[in-house]
Amino acid sequence: MTFVLYAVRRIVTLIPVMFGISLVVFLLLHLIPGDPAVTLLGTHATTDAVAALHHQLGLDKPLWQQYVSFLGGALHGNLGTSYQYTGVSVTSLIASNLSPTLWLIVAGAVFSVLICVPLAMYAASKPNSVGDNAIRTIPVVGLGMPSFWLGIMLILLFALRVPLFPVSGFAPGFGGHLRSIVLPGLTVALTLVPILIRSLRASMLEVLQSDYIVTARSKGLSGSRVLFGHALRNASVASVTVLGINIAYLIGSTVVIEKVFALNGVGYLMLTAILQRDFPIVQAITLLFAILVVLVNLLTDLAHAGLDPRVSLA
Amino acid sequence: MTSTAFAFPGRSIEAVPARKRAHRTNVPLIAGLIMFGLIVAAAVFAPLLAPADPLAQDILHARLPPFSPGHLFGTDTLGRDVLSRLLYGARVDLRIGVLAVITPLVLGTVLGLIAGWRGGWVDTLIMRMVDVVVAFPFYVLVIALVFVLGAGTGSIYIAITLVGWVAYCRIVRGQVLVAKEQEYALAARASGLPTRRILFRHLLPNVVLQAIIFSMSDIVLTILAIVTLSYLGLGVPPPTPDWGTMIAEGQNYLTTQWYLTTIPGLCVVYVGISLALVADGLVQQFNRR
Repeated sequence: MTFVLYAVRRIVTLIPVMFGISLVVFLLLHLIPGDPAVTLLGTHATTDAVAALHHQLGLDKPLWQQYVSFLGGALHGNLGTSYQYTGVSVTSLIASNLSPTLWLIVAGAVFSVLICVPLAMYAASKPNSVGDNAIRTIPVVGLGMPSFWLGIMLILLFALRVPLFPVSGFAPGFGGHLRSIVLPGLTVALTLVPILIRSLRASMLEVLQSDYIVTARSKGLSGSRVLFGHALRNASVASVTVLGINIAYLIGSTVVIEKVFALNGVGYLMLTAILQRDFPIVQAITLLFAILVVLVNLLTDLAHAGLDPRVSLA
Repeated sequence: MTSTAFAFPGRSIEAVPARKRAHRTNVPLIAGLIMFGLIVAAAVFAPLLAPADPLAQDILHARLPPFSPGHLFGTDTLGRDVLSRLLYGARVDLRIGVLAVITPLVLGTVLGLIAGWRGGWVDTLIMRMVDVVVAFPFYVLVIALVFVLGAGTGSIYIAITLVGWVAYCRIVRGQVLVAKEQEYALAARASGLPTRRILFRHLLPNVVLQAIIFSMSDIVLTILAIVTLSYLGLGVPPPTPDWGTMIAEGQNYLTTQWYLTTIPGLCVVYVGISLALVADGLVQQFNRR
């Protein structure tokens, strides 16, 4: 029962944040310098076209009315129609591009856990060893590594030099999807590893120094038995939390990575829409990504509270 | 290089007597400052160091490999000297990276001071704004902002400020919450000093250090953002030399001229390592006293 109460309270705190998000996304249109309609259509547009777009964007109404109709539309899943594909709703365009992005997010999360957890466990089980110190240089070296450059380097090595994976695109079929997502997913994971590894190592150390581990050791259990039988369970809670905190970074990096690997996902749609000055698409995708982050954060918090009895639900 | 920040985690530092610790040379800080100083010097003296004009095209000598006579790192697709473009690119990227961090640092610090000191509805309002900005993935919001403001350097400064202040606000607010319970802050308040004076003369010097330490990593993140925006065609407009544009231009020639993409990327990585070392050195210097 307390968990349900906690969940309800946690969801209620989201309401002002969601309002804020919608306000920011709404105001994007008004940040366009000059007359948004003229800027979006270009200087060659006719007066009639500008007036039509004015009406379509609702710029002829007062600001609060514009916001109310934007919010009402968004709540009904209506985020306007695309300029470049005349009459096609933005929601359907996003829906048709959603699959590669979701694949990429999942692949990135899975790869980063597969890379980080063993490294962090090794580092925490042998603190101050040569291996631990090597692992602790990862954040220093990785901090300034541009994700898109890393992706290009992976293409160079594992698609061109050693042709294991496709250079770009999202091949059809389940097997094709899998093969196409390895390098992009690895790129997302490798940009995340320098951020994750530090806090994960710290939480692993904390787990390994807790009383129940000391007890397990003093019972005479072998090191690996303690590590995999006792520590891993709590350490996995820690890794879910650390991943959840950084989910915004993970989701954001997919936009750039999709461009590098020409994956026709949501981020790719956003970047092509920018080139076409297709404002509704950019606006809708910005909103979508923020909502996605908020939802994942909520799920992480709830999972953490449900899994770890020490979390205070008050 | 044995006494880096990584070689001395919590436990071993306690083994060293306090007096000796204070005098131990801070290797990461010095190494990082030297590395960063070198690239800043290279950027400042680019006009003297560059062997050629970074914009001068020479189609007949396009895509020369590295170590060609007169072109240490070869030439790009238009025959421009890669080394010269790297040096001038450092000028552009480092300048924007350092300058773009200043306004978020100031804005976030001031708002964090106010939120932490005042508490109540002011705190709630500011922290709700932080929650909203944090909900957007960094690159998504920056890309959207630069799109609506129009590609270019000015938009990058505005976008980075609008998105970047939240980290400083959170850091400073946390520090203020601790500091305002300490005696010097209580004394300042009890003596009836005006709030502005308490905040900026008494609290600020004590809480700003963490923000400044974070700004070192933030410069790296900002340079990454600039390079990424340029790669996407939203940043520094061509033909101005910039590392991101160079990587993007080289990507089409990956099979034959791999170094055109590799070398500018390594420059970004170098800057990242140097400032990460500076940040670690500062932590070691101030946080473990």
